[in-house]
Amino acid sequence: MNNILVVDDVTKQYGDHKALTGVSLEIPKNSIYGLLGPNGAGKTTLIRIINQITYPDQGTVFFDGKPLKPEHIAQIGYLPEERGLYKSMKVGEQALYLAQLKGLSKREAKERLKYWFDRLDIGDWWGKKIQELSKGMAQKIQFIVTVLHEPKLLIFDEPFSGFDPINANIIKDEILKLKENGASIIFSTHRMESVEELCEYIALIHRSEKILDGKLSEIKKAFKNNIFDVGVTLENPDLLLENLKEKYEILSSNYNNLEKQLDFSIQLPNDNSGELLSLLGSKANVNNFVETIPSANDIFIRTIQNKGFENE
Amino acid sequence: MNKLPLIIKREYLAKVRNKSFVIMTFLSPILMVAMVLLIGYLTKLNDSEKRVIAVLNESDYFSNEFSTTETTSYVKYRGLTLEEAKDSTKQMGYYGLVYLPKEDNLELVSKRAFFYSKDAPNTQILEHLERIFKDRLREERLRDLGISAAEYTEMDRSYQMNISTFEGEQNLKGINEIKAIIGGGFGYLIMMFIIIYGGFVMRSVIEEKTSRIIEVIISSVKPFQLMLGKIIGTSLAGITQFAIWIVTGTILLVIAMTVFEIDPSTVSSSGVGPALGQGISPGIPTADMTMQLYAQELFEIPWVMLIVFFLIYFILGYLIYSSIYAAIGAAVDNETDTQQFIFPIILPLMLAIYVGFFSVFSNPHGPIAVGFSLFPLTSPIVMMMRLPGGIGDGGVPIWQLVTSILILLATFIGIVWLAAKIYRVGILMYGKKPSYRELFKWLKY
Repeated sequence: MNNILVVDDVTKQYGDHKALTGVSLEIPKNSIYGLLGPNGAGKTTLIRIINQITYPDQGTVFFDGKPLKPEHIAQIGYLPEERGLYKSMKVGEQALYLAQLKGLSKREAKERLKYWFDRLDIGDWWGKKIQELSKGMAQKIQFIVTVLHEPKLLIFDEPFSGFDPINANIIKDEILKLKENGASIIFSTHRMESVEELCEYIALIHRSEKILDGKLSEIKKAFKNNIFDVGVTLENPDLLLENLKEKYEILSSNYNNLEKQLDFSIQLPNDNSGELLSLLGSKANVNNFVETIPSANDIFIRTIQNKGFENE
Repeated sequence: MNKLPLIIKREYLAKVRNKSFVIMTFLSPILMVAMVLLIGYLTKLNDSEKRVIAVLNESDYFSNEFSTTETTSYVKYRGLTLEEAKDSTKQMGYYGLVYLPKEDNLELVSKRAFFYSKDAPNTQILEHLERIFKDRLREERLRDLGISAAEYTEMDRSYQMNISTFEGEQNLKGINEIKAIIGGGFGYLIMMFIIIYGGFVMRSVIEEKTSRIIEVIISSVKPFQLMLGKIIGTSLAGITQFAIWIVTGTILLVIAMTVFEIDPSTVSSSGVGPALGQGISPGIPTADMTMQLYAQELFEIPWVMLIVFFLIYFILGYLIYSSIYAAIGAAVDNETDTQQFIFPIILPLMLAIYVGFFSVFSNPHGPIAVGFSLFPLTSPIVMMMRLPGGIGDGGVPIWQLVTSILILLATFIGIVWLAAKIYRVGILMYGKKPSYRELFKWLKY
């Protein structure tokens, strides 16, 4: 069993509104999985089904090889998009309560909370009320509560919204550490660029359907279009461009007279870039030669177009 | 892995530790006692104020009829003219002046007598004066007819019909009303509890929604568990509050009574007394004997049965209503949106109380009373008003009691099930102001 979670042909409907249509996913153990798609695509519904907040009309979810059962809640940590805490309750009490609801004993919960509070340097918040804390501070507490029971699967819905950059980084590092310690992590977001660098696998959800999933590196390979961004230094750019146009397609170019720098974007017929590079090397000083990798966002848009969703 | 006790504990503590709850709990008995004391004090103050009325009697009648009473004393003027008497009354600051002119007979004197005062006189005083004249006139007329006062008193006897059940037990006048008031008290308690603590449940659900903690919790516990825990926790807090009220209220009252030497009977007779008195009929010669019968009758009310059924109806009724309140809280985003949903809940409660006071009191086993004590949304209150009359023979027929509880139980299960469905969908809906149609749709999710 290499998958921590398998979603098999899950369909969910709210009245006339289709939230999920035949969605299947496989989330490998000890990976970071990005669940990407615009708002309203069905991500949150899928996550709620995984958390057993709602139930699918059709299809099954398997957790660690077994059909999802209420006991599995103790092995899942969930940080919802709409998150908050009891305003008038004290931080420590509240964290204890939420940890106990996850099935930890009071003593265990206390010990672990102490560890985490020290680790994130917030030990002196224990007796404060939530309403005295800032939003970012409260989010730290929510993060702790989410991971406290050491779940095998962590689900973060729009994890970095509401964090300032410094705290977002702290949390990012903590999440990576959790992964090192063996947890599997799902990020769900509509801001694809925010998690792209972290994810090994992604699935794109659009209008209740999964339109693409797989290993991010492979997807990117499949979607790359052999476009290179090149920067060279030379005296006569027009001659070189004329030369190149015989064999390749130049998408755009720009020459800086002062620096004698020519920047251009070039389309190759295949991924054999060595030929071009040696040609350039013989005529000019190459400053940069970079293949443009499509972003998740580009991939998403192109997939939508390919699948005939243009009528947006 | 039972999380219900955890939830109950949190809800209870959250409620009990709430500042306004603490203040309400401890301030209310003090306020109540203060009010009783104030009423007692004011009554005393009123009693102690004496009014002085001057009397200028030029007639040959009325000599000692104007005798000093608890509230009024009379000063008799002699040898003054009317104008002088008026001036004197004003200067002395007396309340008023009674003027009796010199006439040939009592009829004429009475007809031409005047009461002068600064402002329009107090009705009580006027009535008192009028009674003096009336009594005097009646005495005079009786004498003309040749009847002595003693004979007249004998004539003016009060009469009471003897009443009895067919079995020959003595029936007491007004006992039904007393019993209904006791039952009404229980019913009223249920209604107040539902409205106050149902509202608390609702606000607590709204708080969870607006603070966005709900989804965090819902990922660890079932919505139904959360709803149930909330209802139970809040009601335990309510019961705590009631218990504190009863205990501290009693203690404070006792302390206050002893310190201020207020006789409880005077306070109660000035308040509730008249209302009860009309039912009991005043001035029965064998008052002691009758009171004993009433006491005995009250003692014979099946209190244990009453309290057992009170608990059953209270728990079922409260659970039905508070789960509706929870569903409303889940459906809305803030308290202002609750109005349209709350009115339909309060309606049956109000109806139950009104039907109880207007129909059940006078006819505890009539068709209206029976109907409303079977209808599940009103039965907890209306049945409690009927029950002090007993069960079975002469009281609530057993089949009605059983049917009423069965219907209530079925409704309880149905409503809690429906409310839980609305609750489950509603708590995860943000930023929507739902209509009834939408709520209906949620039931199918």
